[in-house]
Amino acid sequence: MKFSIITITTLFLVFSLANTAQSTSIKVPDSLEQRVKPCTICHEDVDKTSLDAYFPRIAGKPAGYLYNQLRNFRDGRRYYQPMAILLENMSDEYILEIARYFSSMHYTYPQPDPHGLPPNEINMVEKLINSGDPARNIPACNTCHGESLMGIEPYIPGLLGLPHAYLAAQFGGWRNGGIMRGQTPDCMSEIAKKLTQEEVYALARWLPAQPVSGETAKSETLDPALVQRCEDIFSERKHFK
Amino acid sequence: MKRLFLRFIGSRQTFLFIACSLLLTLLTTNLALADFTEPQSQQGEYLALAGNCKGCHTTLGGKPYAGGRKLQTPFGEFVTPNITPDIETGIGQWSKEDFWQAMHHGKAKDGRYLYPVFPYIEYTKVTRQDSDKIFDYLRSLPPVAQANPPHKIDPPYDNQFLLFLWRTWYFEEGVYKPDSSKSEEWNRGAYLVQGLGHCTACHTSRNVWGASQDGELQGGEIMGTFWYAPSLISPLEAGMGDWPIETVVELLSTGITNHAVTSGPMATIVRESLQHLSAADMRAMAVYLQSIGKKEIDIKKTRKIPPMPEAVRQYLAKGELIYEKHCQDCHGESGQGVSNIYPPLAGNRSVTLTSPLNTIRSVLYGGYPPSTAGNKRPYGMPPYQHIIHDTEIAQVVSYIRNAWGNLGSLVNQFDVDDSRGYEY
Ligand code: HEC
Ligand code: HEC
Ligand code: HEC
Ligand code: HEC
Ligand code: HEC
Repeated sequence: MKFSIITITTLFLVFSLANTAQSTSIKVPDSLEQRVKPCTICHEDVDKTSLDAYFPRIAGKPAGYLYNQLRNFRDGRRYYQPMAILLENMSDEYILEIARYFSSMHYTYPQPDPHGLPPNEINMVEKLINSGDPARNIPACNTCHGESLMGIEPYIPGLLGLPHAYLAAQFGGWRNGGIMRGQTPDCMSEIAKKLTQEEVYALARWLPAQPVSGETAKSETLDPALVQRCEDIFSERKHFK
Repeated sequence: MKRLFLRFIGSRQTFLFIACSLLLTLLTTNLALADFTEPQSQQGEYLALAGNCKGCHTTLGGKPYAGGRKLQTPFGEFVTPNITPDIETGIGQWSKEDFWQAMHHGKAKDGRYLYPVFPYIEYTKVTRQDSDKIFDYLRSLPPVAQANPPHKIDPPYDNQFLLFLWRTWYFEEGVYKPDSSKSEEWNRGAYLVQGLGHCTACHTSRNVWGASQDGELQGGEIMGTFWYAPSLISPLEAGMGDWPIETVVELLSTGITNHAVTSGPMATIVRESLQHLSAADMRAMAVYLQSIGKKEIDIKKTRKIPPMPEAVRQYLAKGELIYEKHCQDCHGESGQGVSNIYPPLAGNRSVTLTSPLNTIRSVLYGGYPPSTAGNKRPYGMPPYQHIIHDTEIAQVVSYIRNAWGNLGSLVNQFDVDDSRGYEY
């Protein structure tokens, strides 16, 4: 008998709980913007006044590039713990949708960050950017990253508007060959490994100082030989016709 | 076997037990998949999914079934072997019999005792037919030449003799024995939950030897993972005795339902394994799980709210402010959540578990429920480890464990720090 009284009380409690739930229900927009709230806590769409300017912008980057990176974080080819946990149980289809969403977003670029490099270092960087170093089999950065360094659809990211700390960490990751980024040998990691410490330092200072202008270039602008060189990265072209 | 037998001796059910044994051979055939029109390897693929073999035997982003995945345990680091039919590095030289030895007896081809990280304690319940089908499927895979690094097991656990002793003590070998007093559906569910589904591998309290103390889905902290797998029996934890069958099915096959959500290792099990099971098998599992869940809620225990000292009240008030600022937008001002989108925190058993581990982890790391056919584009929860300090995480966790009629222990910043897993 005691049992049934308890049961009734329970039912009552359960119902009153359910009622409060109904009376104050929240409207959740059925949008991707709402679904990626956990991402935009770090990757805001306006330039971020964060404690450490380490979070890279992702808005407006080529969709294929974002798709590849997200799968890399999920599958342990690129390491950043907070994102690995978020992406752990996401399907490729969902990741592709998220990549497209961020790719289509408009971004307000931060003001250029003066580099203060001496002229000889500026020369060194500009040479790498515009002509590369054939002796070391380094093509000019702008042949792959686009004339205006704003990237090429759909796999090659732009190089402007990225924070210095982030750039330095990426080059470090590739060069150490560690889990940060360098685990899989691809066209970019091979190039990064050939750069000297001085070049990396200067590049990571020079790039954030450039004013951002221009658009991501169309895929046809990329030299077929370079497409060949980056075959690993371009493997899922079918999604981006 | 010994335990099972002892339980029956001297009871009124002795007769039933004998009858049971006689019926056994007949019933075992019913456990196997009803549909024999599919080729054996296709059924094997399905069974391998039910056992989540691929989940463990594939490293992140690696070739399916080629192994290499590292599993951290308090006994050391285990590396899953390659189980593709490669001659050199896989199980290309194994026979059906060798495979059965592994699944059923926990022995490798060379006679070595396998470590129970490979859940053969559960797989021993799998029938010979099903084991053969899984083997045929594995044999049909493209061989992958991939040698994986050896385990790094800490002494003395690397000792085969100790493993032998452990097995004599804890390992009950034997195919699932149907209970003829129950329906065929119930038996199918029990077979899947206890066998291939290996739910007990996580949902159990483990003693120092890593042995399941009760084998009865009592819940426990999964060693080496920093996750607590709640009891599937207790109504205060994740027992589903009071849940409608449809809700159990929904949670386990989509990863989310109106008042609960799967996270961490459980989300992975749903994505890799449970979402692929047929509607009939999911239902069977739900029927079984519902039947083992205890039903009565001990109101006295949940309702005895001790008078709250002023210091505690102040501590929780701080947590409430954090909640309003960071959490309320999604989980609601009275913790009510949004059906199938944001889990409620009020009345959510996961939040008030005796162990605050999972709740602290949710707040530290955030997460998305799994993307499944039934919930393709889940909504997510942000990580707070970079946004608020450990002391504030402790306050907000204490608050949600004691707001809106919830009742749970308070936590402090040391509990928060202790909940950071070492695998990340
Ligand atoms: C805790 C902060 C944080 C959260 C949350 C977060 N990210 Fe990131 N994200 C970072 C940081 C930091 C990096 C740079 C990682 C590195 O390589 O060191 C990064 C890198 C990336 C990159 C690669 C950018 C590039 O140019 O290579 C993408 C794409 C990305 N994040 C998308 C996402 C998405 C989508 C989510 C949500 C599912 C998300 N991030 C959640 C901090 C975060
Ligand atoms: C052969 C083509 C190619 C050349 C030449 C090249 N890159 Fe790249 N770069 C890529 C590709 C492809 C990626 C994307 C890598 C990935 O998907 O992980 C990339 C990525 C990058 C990134 C990461 C951007 C981000 O948002 O994380 C930086 C920085 C970079 N390259 C700098 C350079 C610099 C500096 C040079 C010249 C020294 C250069 N690259 C030359 C192909 C190239
Ligand atoms: C929880 C992770 C896990 C799951 C799930 C799992 N395994 Fe394993 N398996 C292991 C580990 C770890 C070992 C190595 C054990 C040892 O070396 O003592 C192993 C060993 C094996 C072996 C012995 C291989 C050899 O070379 O000695 C076979 C065969 C096997 N597993 C098959 C399977 C099948 C089939 C399934 C699904 C029904 C499965 N495993 C599910 C972790 C797992
Ligand atoms: C790899 C370990 C692992 C395995 C195997 C596993 N679980 Fe879990 N399970 C967990 C953990 C950890 C949690 C707590 C996290 C959560 O609440 O989702 C959990 C939670 C649950 C919950 C409660 C979800 C909620 O929040 O209300 C249910 C129900 C459940 N598991 C059922 C099962 C069943 C049935 C099986 C076997 C088919 C199973 N689990 C196998 C680790 C596991
Ligand atoms: C953007 C929406 C959002 C915000 C903001 C948010 N959450 Fe969540 N929360 C979720 C989602 C979605 C899940 C399910 C995550 C999963 O399955 O891994 C969740 C899960 C949880 C869980 C686990 C519940 C369970 O059943 O296992 C707890 C506890 C939790 N949140 C607490 C909080 C706290 C405390 C805050 C504020 C510090 C917060 N949440 C902020 C969306 C949110």
